[in-house]
Amino acid sequence: MTALGYYGEFGGRFVAETLVPALAQLERAVHEIVLREPFQREWRDLLSSYVGRPTPLWRAERLSRAVDPSGDLLGELWLKREDLCHTGAHKINNALGQVLLAKKLGKTRVIAETGAGQHGVATATAAAMMGLPCAVYMGAVDVARQAPNVARMRLLGARVLPVESGSRTLKDAMNEALRDWVTHVADTHYCVGSAAGPHPYPMLVAELQRVIGDEARAEWAEGPGGLPDTVVACVGGGSNAIGMFRAFISDPVELYGVEAAGEGLDTERHAATLTRGRVGVLHGARTLVLSDDDGQILEAHSVSAGLDYPGVGPEHAALLRSGRAKYLAVTDAEAVAALHLVARTEGILVALETAHAFAGLPAIARAEHARLGRPARVALCLSGRGDKDLATVAEHTP
Amino acid sequence: MTVERLDQCFAACRAEKRPALVIYLTVGDPSVDDSVACALAALAAGADILELGVPFSDPSADGPVIAAASQRAIRAGGSLRAALEVARRVRLESGAPLVLFSYVNPLIAFGEERLPTALAAAGVDAVLVVDLPPEEGTALRAGLLRESLAVVPLIAPTTDPERERLVLEGARGFAYYVSATGVTGLGDAPLSTAARRARAIADKSSLPVVVGFGVDGPEKAQLLARAGVDGVVVGSAIVKAIAAEPDGAARVQAVTALVSSLRRALV
Ligand SMILES: Cc1ncc(COP(=O)(O)O)c(C=O)c1O
Repeated sequence: MTALGYYGEFGGRFVAETLVPALAQLERAVHEIVLREPFQREWRDLLSSYVGRPTPLWRAERLSRAVDPSGDLLGELWLKREDLCHTGAHKINNALGQVLLAKKLGKTRVIAETGAGQHGVATATAAAMMGLPCAVYMGAVDVARQAPNVARMRLLGARVLPVESGSRTLKDAMNEALRDWVTHVADTHYCVGSAAGPHPYPMLVAELQRVIGDEARAEWAEGPGGLPDTVVACVGGGSNAIGMFRAFISDPVELYGVEAAGEGLDTERHAATLTRGRVGVLHGARTLVLSDDDGQILEAHSVSAGLDYPGVGPEHAALLRSGRAKYLAVTDAEAVAALHLVARTEGILVALETAHAFAGLPAIARAEHARLGRPARVALCLSGRGDKDLATVAEHTP
Repeated sequence: MTVERLDQCFAACRAEKRPALVIYLTVGDPSVDDSVACALAALAAGADILELGVPFSDPSADGPVIAAASQRAIRAGGSLRAALEVARRVRLESGAPLVLFSYVNPLIAFGEERLPTALAAAGVDAVLVVDLPPEEGTALRAGLLRESLAVVPLIAPTTDPERERLVLEGARGFAYYVSATGVTGLGDAPLSTAARRARAIADKSSLPVVVGFGVDGPEKAQLLARAGVDGVVVGSAIVKAIAAEPDGAARVQAVTALVSSLRRALV
């Protein structure tokens, strides 16, 4: 990453002048506070005593045989269990770090955007635990389809503010959070929920999520031994994926991100930004976006609220361009089917977001077998649990 | 013309001892033809400079009035290309400076390389990009300067003196002081403070500095005029006036009435 927050041609800081000084302050704080020992110690203590880290690596034997009965393509499959984190997803790693930082910066209020509600719940949780008021912007469509998380946020004392503009999903929630932040920038910290947005957010969130990959790499060395051949994660904004990828980026390990093809890549209803996007600027970063010829951002679609976003973190756009990571997209139907399969073979109810990573396994196993000439040993980031999705899954199950 | 057109305009206003009146409208709200008619009406009623707003799907620096206008405009065919058409049609009848007001994504989609010549050919004199701070868009800026188009720098209350120098480096035409931290269409911007800062910037930089955000009618325009600012920008109030009327003739009348009252408040 360059000084201005660029990963190759992607990244940067495309925001109104009013916000630039706040982002510059945040950037200094990342270097002078977050990356230093006292903060790291305090945050890691919280991760262990409050979140329950380290999360385990679980060998999914029945699932691997269900995906590949022959055992010729897919070798060992191990799941990094972020669903076992307090609040049920990786989002808490980032939220705890940012709310802790907000306190140290003397901010008296935190705000967040949320899609699936997991990041909203995580921020509300961290804010409750540290005694800061919290407001969460959430698209009205998502308020309806992720009702359990809305109730959780309210119980945690957060104000949930439904957003009625635009597509009434994650991107509109982020617009509204930016409007709030530009109005209350002196006393408010904006806790961005993914590795997206203006510099330094993609880098800050990646630093706070790399704990996933760092643990997984060490656990793999201890358990299965050596390194995995392949690492897989779902990609919305890209935070669990970058958290997983960071640790393996200099290793001979193939990195795969799986995004949402919604109703199909050839329809207008998908969220496959990396597969189908073009270069543009959304929410403060130059990255790949779904946009029309006039530069209007298109509405994304995914059965999963957390992947229903027409942009993506700039580091993923750069990893795609450089070829260091590969990305594929799976449909709503494939994701729902994968959710069922994981539940029945492993006894784990995964989030619809996470189900996309599982749904990518057959294609990834084939490609990796072709590359390696033997079954691949795969580490997959199980980013979160699926209790929040029961209603949606029932609706989408034939 | 281009940058010189702005220089001449501010010089003429200074000779009349009044600020320039800058009027913003969202192109395509409610139609491209309406935008041309309203733009010409604003100029006839005393506007000195026009800001042609390119509607954007995700206007995160705008408040509800302009955000809603953008949504309506996009549905009605508003776009950067439509803004160029409006500029061309206004330019046929007026020598007033025209400023293209946009977020950066529509500029990227149009093509940053062909944009400068397209703007110059349409008669646009300057570009104001909301989400393009001075650290970004080096190539785009260079292209615009080659066509003698001004890139309007924005200064906010949060901009400290050191950044202010960076923002103003090499700026031509004029600078825009954002009166308050917040989105467009605020009701309670601290305008007296804003006027003092805008004048201080103008004194230091010898660049005209206009004040925008929160000027919702003649009273606030007059307050700024008495405080001696170089220009006053009115946006949301115009957009609101246009949106309130049921047909084209009424919209033109509403713009004429509002701009006339603003202009009277400035002398
Ligand atoms: C469980 C889970 N996984 C993944 C995501 C996608 O976000 P990201 O790509 O930032 O990991 C979400 C977002 O809400 C989520 O809740």
